[in-house]
Amino acid sequence: MTVLVIAEHDNNELKPGVAQAVTAAGLAGGETHVLVAGANCSAAAAAAARLQGVARVLLCEATHYADGGAENLAALLATLAPGYSHLLAAATPFGKNLMPRLGALIDVAPISEIVAVEGPSSFVRPIYAGNVLVKVDSTDAIKVLTVRATAFAAAGDGGAAGIEAVPAGPDLAVSRVIGREIVKSERPELTAARVVVSGGRGMGSGENYHKVLEPLADRLGAALGASRAAVDAGFAPNDYQVGQTGKIVAPELYVAVGISGAIQHLAGMKDSKVIVAINKDPDAPIHQVADYGLVGDLFEAVPALVKELGG
Amino acid sequence: MKVLVPVKRVIDYNVKVRVKSDGSGVDLANVKMAVNPFDEIAVEEAVRIKEAGIATEVIAVSCGAAVCQESLRTALALGADRAILVESDIELQPLAVAKLLKAVCDKEQPTLVICGKQAIDDDANQTGQMLAALMNRPQGTFASKVVLGDGKVQVTREVDGGLETVELTLPAVVTTDLRLNEPRYATLPNIMKAKKKPLETTSPAALGVDVAPRLSHSRFAEPPKRSGGKKVADVAELVAKLRNEAKVIA
Ligand SMILES: Cc1cc2nc3c(=O)[nH]c(=O)nc-3n(C[C@H](O)[C@H](O)[C@H](O)COP(=O)(O)OP(=O)(O)OC[C@H]3O[C@@H](n4cnc5c(N)ncnc54)[C@H](O)[C@@H]3O)c2cc1C
Ligand SMILES: Nc1ncnc2c1ncn2[C@@H]1O[C@H](COP(=O)(O)O)[C@@H](O)[C@H]1O
Repeated sequence: MTVLVIAEHDNNELKPGVAQAVTAAGLAGGETHVLVAGANCSAAAAAAARLQGVARVLLCEATHYADGGAENLAALLATLAPGYSHLLAAATPFGKNLMPRLGALIDVAPISEIVAVEGPSSFVRPIYAGNVLVKVDSTDAIKVLTVRATAFAAAGDGGAAGIEAVPAGPDLAVSRVIGREIVKSERPELTAARVVVSGGRGMGSGENYHKVLEPLADRLGAALGASRAAVDAGFAPNDYQVGQTGKIVAPELYVAVGISGAIQHLAGMKDSKVIVAINKDPDAPIHQVADYGLVGDLFEAVPALVKELGG
Repeated sequence: MKVLVPVKRVIDYNVKVRVKSDGSGVDLANVKMAVNPFDEIAVEEAVRIKEAGIATEVIAVSCGAAVCQESLRTALALGADRAILVESDIELQPLAVAKLLKAVCDKEQPTLVICGKQAIDDDANQTGQMLAALMNRPQGTFASKVVLGDGKVQVTREVDGGLETVELTLPAVVTTDLRLNEPRYATLPNIMKAKKKPLETTSPAALGVDVAPRLSHSRFAEPPKRSGGKKVADVAELVAKLRNEAKVIA
């Protein structure tokens, strides 16, 4: 039994989630290999080789893997799949885009966002916005999985796996990236942050969102997040959305500001260690999951909090 | 050109689900059902493409029990032209659905298929990607903008860090994200009209698709409850608790 982890990377560094997927791989099978496919991505391959528990890194370089598109990558993976018992990737937009496509190509029913490995064919995953956990057993010979990163510890550094080049597959030339609007933030990555400060519709405007929340996030070294309502209203970019259909976070501290706590939002943050809610409505559902609820106007409470923290 | 939209009947997004006491499944008796919200967005997008004079026909397809006709009637009321029900009483998993949709697409030859990105019951986020693979066509997942051109479609995707725009060769499969559009409401006259629109029924057997489940689900359980609900009087108490009780800040 050998497991292949598909690494998401920007050619230089591995993206958050890869190290957690390596941990899940170790629980699922025997030896763990990591595929780093891209263009000029030997630095990313070297990073993968340093992850503890990795026995071998497959490096596949071609310009048509540079953008991480699912069409070419799934075709490549389908040729590698027969050598593996499991293929898995973190449940990020990259992994979610890719792994089902691979599954269909090799006639395997993929399993999304596993949160536990109970055996080589047995996994646990959340359904219904995280309100239900279900055990899933697969009858397929090969398992295709995505992994919820917050449910697994990250594999540490200190490994020294060998890197082996593998030949590229063909360029299907049916999809190409023609534009990117990627915002580089100085803040910690949302899914990996120790503290997350999220704002909801209660922020009232994009200007308020930044003016009120940034000092708090700065003081706490936090990543910024948002509810769907805040993203829909344009207060925050789309990839700030925390929830059932956005990002899943489980920081040490989650501060929900002006967020009501709809089940779809709770699905993305209720595994946080400590939850603080700042909401003027004492009956808002967010208070039911909060360890510390502060009932009050966020426009007074948040600046006061920053002051109290000595920011 | 034809646009095909798969729609799934799911539990209404407002309903808090309950697990059956013996852990054998989720209790769906007397629960309010609805069209998967992402599929409403997909229907809306398809109808707008038709209204813009680009598409000639919008076909809604649902796979499942006879009651899924309700979801198809909703799609018809929102502007789809006709509907196809692939009727099956056994549980259809995403891979089986993708195979059924592939068989329907082989017949209908749509230029564009617009799926939801995820069904809010199984939260699988798989079917569109699998359908694209089975058809050997490109995919534009998590779309927040779709622009059709000559033989191509440009899809702006919600990805980590922001947005990415891909250009796909048609035919292609797109899956919708929340910000693609705001679906209209079905008006009463349109609900009446929808009753007369064609709805054809077929079956997995007629389409020649093996839909036997590959995955077995057991031990349904609710996750451990959080013991929340405590209130603090003011900011000073909050900071003291975070420092001394929760010890999450220095
Ligand atoms: C298919 C689907 C998927 C979804 N996916 C997600 C998802 O992934 N993530 C997500 O978050 N949502 C998601 N939603 C939306 C979800 O159902 C809610 O609509 C959304 O989370 C509400 O956002 P909110 O709490 O910011 O807004 P609201 O529910 O409007 O709450 C605003 C809160 O702010 C408080 N407030 C207002 N002013 C102040 C003030 N001055 N001071 C203090 N408090 C104040 C109010 O008391 C209220 O509780 C999804 C919905 C659907 C249908
Ligand atoms: N039974 C079904 N009938 C029709 N369409 C479906 C069905 N199941 C899934 N889909 C489509 O596939 C999308 C993603 O579903 P899923 O992969 O189950 O999360 C949905 O939003 C629908 O567009």
